[in-house]
Amino acid sequence: MLKAAPWLTAGLFLGPIAAGLAGTLLPAFGWLPALGGTTLSLEPWRALLDAPGLGRAVLLTLGTGFAATILSFLLVIAFCAATQGSPLARRAQAALAPLLATPHAALAIGFAFLVAPSGWIARALSPWATGWDRPPDWATVNDPWGIALVAGLTLKEVPYLLLMAFAGLGQVRAAEGMRAAAALGYGPVTGWLKVVLPQLYPQLRLPLYAVLVFSLSVVDVALILGPGAPPTLSALVLRWFADRELTMWFPAAAGALLLLLVVLGAILLWRLGERVAAVLGRRWIAAGGRGGGGVVLGLAAPALMGLLLAANAAALIVLLVWSFAGPWRFPEALPAAFTLATWQAQVPAIAVPATATLAVALAATGLALLLTLACLEAEQRHGLRPGRRALLLIWLPLLLPQIAFLFGWQVALVRLDLDGTMGAVVWTHLLFVLPYVFLSLADPWRALDPRYARGAAALGAGPWRVFLTVKCRLLLRPLLVAAAVGFAVSVGLYLPTLFAGAGRIATLTTEAVTLAAGADRRILGAYAALQALMPLAAYALAVALPTWLHRDRRGMRPA
Amino acid sequence: MSLVIEELEITLAERSLVAVSRLAVAPGEVVTVMGPSGSGKSTLLAWLSGALDPAFRARGRVTLDGKDVSALPPHRRRIGLLFQDDLLFPHLSVAGNLAFGLPASLRDRRAREARIAAALEEAELGGFGPRDPATLSGGQRARVALLRTLLAEPRALLLDEPFGKLDVALRGRMREFVFERVLRLGIPALMVTHDPADAEAAAGPVLHVAPATPDGG
Repeated sequence: MLKAAPWLTAGLFLGPIAAGLAGTLLPAFGWLPALGGTTLSLEPWRALLDAPGLGRAVLLTLGTGFAATILSFLLVIAFCAATQGSPLARRAQAALAPLLATPHAALAIGFAFLVAPSGWIARALSPWATGWDRPPDWATVNDPWGIALVAGLTLKEVPYLLLMAFAGLGQVRAAEGMRAAAALGYGPVTGWLKVVLPQLYPQLRLPLYAVLVFSLSVVDVALILGPGAPPTLSALVLRWFADRELTMWFPAAAGALLLLLVVLGAILLWRLGERVAAVLGRRWIAAGGRGGGGVVLGLAAPALMGLLLAANAAALIVLLVWSFAGPWRFPEALPAAFTLATWQAQVPAIAVPATATLAVALAATGLALLLTLACLEAEQRHGLRPGRRALLLIWLPLLLPQIAFLFGWQVALVRLDLDGTMGAVVWTHLLFVLPYVFLSLADPWRALDPRYARGAAALGAGPWRVFLTVKCRLLLRPLLVAAAVGFAVSVGLYLPTLFAGAGRIATLTTEAVTLAAGADRRILGAYAALQALMPLAAYALAVALPTWLHRDRRGMRPA
Repeated sequence: MSLVIEELEITLAERSLVAVSRLAVAPGEVVTVMGPSGSGKSTLLAWLSGALDPAFRARGRVTLDGKDVSALPPHRRRIGLLFQDDLLFPHLSVAGNLAFGLPASLRDRRAREARIAAALEEAELGGFGPRDPATLSGGQRARVALLRTLLAEPRALLLDEPFGKLDVALRGRMREFVFERVLRLGIPALMVTHDPADAEAAAGPVLHVAPATPDGG
C-alpha cells in the first residue's frame, strides 16, 4: 500500500493541473458548452487582441517580472560573494525564516504603508526634512511603470533566494574552494564568483525559475502595488474572469494561455541568458584575473541586504502600528494615541475568515505532510530512486502561472460539484503546499544516517515503530519546520483560494486583498497583520517545541 | 545456537561482490572477516541483518540453529548489530535507549527498570540511566550501545568495525568486554574489521576476503 504513495501523490497533483490546463485551453478556442461555446474558433483571441492596453500589459508583465528576478538574483549573489564564511552570513540566515513566513499580500500592504505619499517614510521625514505638511501628489504606489511592484516583489523574493543559496552553498563545499582560490592569489569576491558561483548556480536554477514565473504571473501583489490602467497581464485576465459578463471568460482564457506562453518564453530566454553567461564566464575565468580585495562590494552588499531586511521588518511593524492607531494626522511620525478600538470592532468580522484560513492551512499542511512522509518512507522501504523527472514534477505547480490552470480547474470543480467547498480549497492549496513541504523535508529525511533505522530493526523494532519512534523523533525539528513552511504557504495563497472557493470561502488573504482597494488603513492593517502573524506563530512553535522537548538532550540541538 | 551461511553470492549489476560457499560460526565463537575496504564486508553484514539495498541481488541462505531466517524482515531475525559509531538515539536517555532494546514481552515496568539498572551496574555504569547520551565519554557510549544490543536478546551478533573509533587505550578493554559477553551468552558472532589486533583478540577463525575485482576500486 505504501508503495502506491508516490503514485497517489502524483495523481492528486497532476490531475488538477492537467484538468486545469485543458479547461483553460478549450475556452481559449471558444469551447465551453456551459456558456454556449460549442464550436472551436479564434474569436477569443480576436477579442483578446482587441482589448485596450493588452500590449502594454504584456510589456509591463515582462518588464516587472524580469526586473524583480534579476534584481533579487544580483543582490543575493553580491551578498553571498561578499560575506562567504563571515558571521554576517549566519546572522542573515537566522533572520530569514520569519521573513519567509510573511505572506506576499501582507508584505505588499505593509510596503505600501511605508512608501505611499502619506506613508511611514514620508511621515518620518516630514516636515523637518521635506517641508511637507500634506502628502505630496506622487504615485509611489500603483505607479504606471510598476516600480513599486518590482520593489515589493524583490523584497519578498530575496529572502527566499538567499535561503536557497545558503542551502546550495552547504552542498558545494564553498569554504574549501575559497581557500584554494585564495592560495592561488584570488581576491575573495573574484574567487567566489569564479569558483563557487558556477557550482552553486545549478542548485539555484529551479528556485530562480520559480521566482521568475511567480514575478511574471503574480496577482495579489500586482493588485496591491502594481499599476491599474492597464495592470499586468495576470491582473487583467483576473479582471475579465471576475467580470459580470460571463462571455468575458473566453478572452480571459485566451489571456491566461497567453500568459502561459509569455512565461514559457521567459524561461527559454533566461535559459539562453544562462548559456551566454556561461560562455562569457568561462572566458573570464580562463583569463586568470585575480581581482582586488572586494572592499566596495564587501560594504555595499551587506548594507543593501540590511536595508532590505529592515524594510521587510518595518513593513510588518507598520501593519501593527496602523491596526492599533488612534488619530494619526499626516506629518506625525506616530499616532497621537494607541487604541484597541479597531481590533474590538473588527473581531466579529475577522473571526470568520481567520477561522477559515486556519482550517484550510491545517488541513492542507496535514495532508501534505502525510503524503510527503508516505512518499519518503516508500522510497526508503522499497529502494525507490526518484530521478530528475520526479523533482521537476514536484516543482511543476511552481513553474506554471497559477491563473493558467486555476480557471480550468475551477470549471472541473463545478463539474465535480465541489466548487466553493472547503474540500476543493484544501485540495487546491495542496498543489502549492505539497511542493514546499516535500522540498523542505526530503533532504533532511534522506540525510538521516540509515544505520539508526538498521540498528533499531536489529533490536527487534518493526518498520512502523522505527518510523514513529526513531525517524520521526530524530527528525522532529525539520518535520515541524516543513509543517510551518506549508502552513505559511497556505495562509498566503490568494488565487487558489479565490478560484476553488468560488468566492464563497473567504480567507484573511482574499479579504486583505479586497480591502487593499481602498479600506481604512486601520482595518486593512488589522487583517494584514493577523495574516502575517499566523505563519509567524507557526514558525515560533516549530522552533520552540523541539527545543523544549529536547532541553536535556545535547545531541538534539541544531548544529 | 550457531550461525551458518551457505551458497551465498551477492551481485551488483551482474558483478559478483561477495561469495561464500559455507561459513559456520559456533556458539560463543567469534569469526573475523578481514579485507580492505571495497571487499564487500559491509555488504555481507547488511545481507545478514536483512537490510541489503534493493540494488543488490543475493542468492543463498543463512540459518540460525538450523532455522532458515533468510526470508525474514530485519526486525524478526533477532540478529544484533554493532557499528563503529555507537548510534545511541540522541533523543532518548541512556535508560530510554536500553528500554528500546529490551523486548516488549517483558511487560512489568518495574521488572524492565530493574533489568536495565542491573545491566548498567554490571557494566560499571550504575546510575547512568537518566543521563543524556551526549554527555557520556566515548568508552561509556560504546558500552551502552553493546548493552542495548544484548538486552534485545539476539541469537547472533554482527560487529561492524566495532572498535575502530575508540582510542587505543580503550580498545583493549572494550574488546575484552564484548568477547567475554559473547562467550558467556554462548551466541555466535561475526566481526568484520581491518585491524589485525581485533582478529587476534577474538581468538577465533579468520576469513580473508579480497576485493571482488582487482581493479574494481
